[in-house]
Formats: sequence, structure tokens, C-alpha cells
Amino acid sequence: MKVFLDHQSATPMLPEVFEEMKPFFLEAYGNPSSLHQHGLRVRDALKTARQRVAAMIHAESEEEIFFTSDGTESANLAIKGVAYANERRGKHLVVSAIEHPSVMQSVEFLEKQGWTCSRIPVDPQGRVNPADVLAAITPQTTLVAVHHVNHDIGTIEPIQEIGKITQEKGVPLYVDCEASAGWLPIDVQAMGANLVSFSPHRFYGPKGVGVLYRNRKARLVSIIHGGVQEGGRRAGTENVPAIVGGGLASEIAARELTVRAAHAARLQKRLWEGLKSKIPYLRLNGPEPGPDRISTNINLSAEFIEGEGQLLSLDIVGIAVASGSSCVSKSLKISHVLGAIGLDHALAQGNIIMTLGKDNTEAEMDYVVESFAKIVTKLRGMSPMWDEFERGVIDSVIQPTGRGKSFSEHAARVSGKAAH
Amino acid sequence: MSDTYTLYNETVMDHFLNPRNMGDIKDADGVGEVGAAACGDIMKISLKIKEGRIEDARFKTFGCGSAIASSSMATELIKGRTIQEALSFTNQEVVDALGGLPPVKIHCSVLAEEALKAALEDFIKKNPESATPARAGVTA
Repeated sequence: MKVFLDHQSATPMLPEVFEEMKPFFLEAYGNPSSLHQHGLRVRDALKTARQRVAAMIHAESEEEIFFTSDGTESANLAIKGVAYANERRGKHLVVSAIEHPSVMQSVEFLEKQGWTCSRIPVDPQGRVNPADVLAAITPQTTLVAVHHVNHDIGTIEPIQEIGKITQEKGVPLYVDCEASAGWLPIDVQAMGANLVSFSPHRFYGPKGVGVLYRNRKARLVSIIHGGVQEGGRRAGTENVPAIVGGGLASEIAARELTVRAAHAARLQKRLWEGLKSKIPYLRLNGPEPGPDRISTNINLSAEFIEGEGQLLSLDIVGIAVASGSSCVSKSLKISHVLGAIGLDHALAQGNIIMTLGKDNTEAEMDYVVESFAKIVTKLRGMSPMWDEFERGVIDSVIQPTGRGKSFSEHAARVSGKAAH
Repeated sequence: MSDTYTLYNETVMDHFLNPRNMGDIKDADGVGEVGAAACGDIMKISLKIKEGRIEDARFKTFGCGSAIASSSMATELIKGRTIQEALSFTNQEVVDALGGLPPVKIHCSVLAEEALKAALEDFIKKNPESATPARAGVTA
């Protein structure tokens, strides 16, 4: 059985989206900036795509929609574009500590140029406290950035409450909706958001296109310079087929959202209940499935084993997942999200992320539960930590027995210094 | 298009999926357990030593695929060697025998070398006479 549980990274494109895109590769190859028939035809198609995207997120006008190359570029444009546009007003930003790397790295880039940033800590479930956002805003603050849903642990943030605060304070609010678009309703006006970003490849559209919504209350300058595409906010020839496909994927996602989300929620419950009953010393990171967690995400830590081994073993039996463990990361660091929720390093090491899609089935969930249980048992049999736990040398973080040292103390002793 | 793609080469995948010498040795003569501060992996190697020669080597590893493969390969390579030979063992032997590791995973092979050296040190500490006078200068 082949089970794809990495919908956070990619989704299979809908055949009707592919059909919609095809003519824009072969026949309608004009450049939308051209003034002849070829250009005008394509320009019309971009307008339709913009309208479809605007409708999906309840934007006032399609003129508030800018197309970029992906979610990362949209996040870079939102952060840097607003910061530069308001440079003379102030150089202070407020962001949650668990934003996507595209946001965190953009902020770090600005910090090297003299901006300062307040990083709002989150609670153990990954939730931002709106009062902390209010307290962090200063007269120099020119942007607040809090994502709708966390990409790693699926936490849904209290955006509307934060939006009320930023509106009262007159500070633009940027909401990264990469992990929620297509799966949770997005109403930019109800959110009080001035900027919103996402990518259609998260909901059965093509890769290579990103969306940035921006209303007139947020000043924004381009960070890519050249021609006057996208209202002067993003120079460069538009990726027309991807934009066209992204537009249709947005329209379909808006229409099917309720059904898709309910399906994912059923599978999420079945998967987590199954795993919990079959595998001891397993922790769900982030909120319990329900109103505080997006229905597509399961983030687990299997204690006493490491994440990459789990990922590779699952891949061998046809199950595709992701991991926030340090061994999976090219930087050898655990996911900053797991660090920010205060997860013990031992548990962060054993991290696995499963993200559901509309085509997953109940039978697949049962297969994953059964396969994962076998893999965890095999890897625990190979782990000195499991053996040392059984002998009472180290203790479990998930279900402490009161015997033995903590994993971190033990790791520090054998490695000479702390693992973090 | 090939049917399967692998993150590591075939040898590494084979040692990860079918690890050699996995486990502990009852009444081991030397045990070494080391951790990598960089990534948090932990490796344990147990040795059975008879007449100055490594008769058996076993490992247990908390770590990624290449860490498991590295410890599996290290125990394979080290069996049959004398203590003196084993003391000059390097991680490069593991890397070569595995047919190479991605650059970011080389530290896994270093961890295997360190676990082996720690197990040898443990043995020498318990059996000081094993470091023969003629070669007293050779230690880990």
C-alpha cells in the first residue's frame, strides 16, 4: 500500500487544474505585459485567477491579490516589503516565535540591517497569547506577523483577537496562511489581516505560484526590481500557467473546503486514536484534535528513538511522512517550533509529522497504525535508550516512572555537553 | 525512471534495514557509550575480547539511518582485530566500507569510532596489562 502523508509539502494536482493550465503552455503563450492579442488574452486569464483567489479569502477586490513564485517569496515580500516601506516610521517588528523559516529568516535579515524584533513566545500547545502581542507593540512597530496555523504542530492561532489589537493600534497584521489555506475558511476582513500569504500547491494546485493578499492599509514596496508587473509590487514575468492553475485550485478548494476538512478530521481522529492505543510512550505535539488544531496535521514524538530512522522505515513500506528531528534537518538542529513549545530534546529527536489530504482513506490510516507500531518496536529494540529505560537507568519523559536520570542528563554525560 | 529512490546508497540502506551485530553482549569485556553533542545521537558498542583480539562486537544506536549503518559497519570491520589494531581504527574506514556518506552525515561515522574507542578504553582500564609494555605509548 502507498500512503502519502506529507500534504504539507505537496499535493497531487487536480486533473481539471492541469487541463485549465495546458493551453497556457502551448497556445496562449503571450506575455501578459504585451499589448497585442497574445498578451491581452493572457492578461484576462490572470484577472480571472485573481478574482478566484480574492473570492476564496473574502478580499474586497482582486486588486489586493499579488502573485509570486511561492509561499516563501510571499512571506519575504510581506515582511521586507512592509518593513522597507515604513522604514522612516519605525524599525520594530513583532512576530510569533514559531513562524515558518521564510518569516523568521526574513526577520533575521532585517535585524542585520538595524531592525529590532520582538519574538512572542508560545504556550506548550503552540498558542500565542494576544495580550503578549499587545504588550510588545511600540510606537516604532510597523508590522505584526502571526501565522493562522502552525506548519509543524497544527495549532490554530487566535487571529481575530490579534487582529482587533493591531487594528486598534494601527499596525499592519500579516497572517501566513500556508498551513491553513484550502483547509480552514479564511476571511481576511474578519481576521483583521492586512497581509495574507499562501500557496495553491498545498490544496491541489501547481507548484511555482504563491499568493500575497495586501489591502491598502499596509504600505508595501517591491523587493524584486524590474518591470511594473503585479501593480509594481513584484517585478518579473508572471508564471501564467501556474497562476491560472492556482486560481482554479482556489475556487475548487473554497467550494469543497467543508467536505475535505471533515474528511481529514475523521482520518486524523482514527489515526491518532489508533497510534495511541498501539504504541506506548508516544506523544502528540500540539493541541488535541478538535477546534484548536487543523484537521490535516498529526505531529508525534516516539520516545527512545530518532525520527529519521522512523521516516526511512516508513518510506520503505510505502508511507511518506516528514520529521522535525535534527537528523533530518540539514542544519542538524531540531525544528525551532518544537524548541519553542519546550519539548524535551529526546522527544524532539523522535519527531514525525503526518499531514493528511482529501484522498487518504480509513484503510490507509489502519495500515499506517499497524506499520508504524512495528517500526517503533524494531527501532526501540536497536536503541540503547530503550534498553536503559527498561533497566531503570533513564526515565521516560512521556510517562515518568520516577526511576533513573532524565534522557537529557544522560545524553549530556555521554556526549560531554548538552545536546541542544 | 527507477522504481525506488534512496536517501543513502544501497550499502548504507542495507546496513540500516538489516543491521549486523545489533544488540548487547552478556558479560562484555568493554562497553563504550558516546553521544554526539551536535545532533543528539547516542551509540553504544560492547566488545568481547579474547587473548588481545576482538572476538565479538555489538552495537545499539539511538540515531538516524546513517548512524545505525555506521555502527553496524564499524562492528563488522572491527571483529577479529587486535586491541592495538583497533586503537588505530578511524571513521574513514567506516565511510569507505559504506561506499560514502553524505557530508552532513560524516559525523555519524565519527561517533562509531568514538564508541569503539570508548569500549576499548573501558577494557584497558579493567585490564591494564593488555596495553603491552612494548606499545604502552599507544592509547586512544
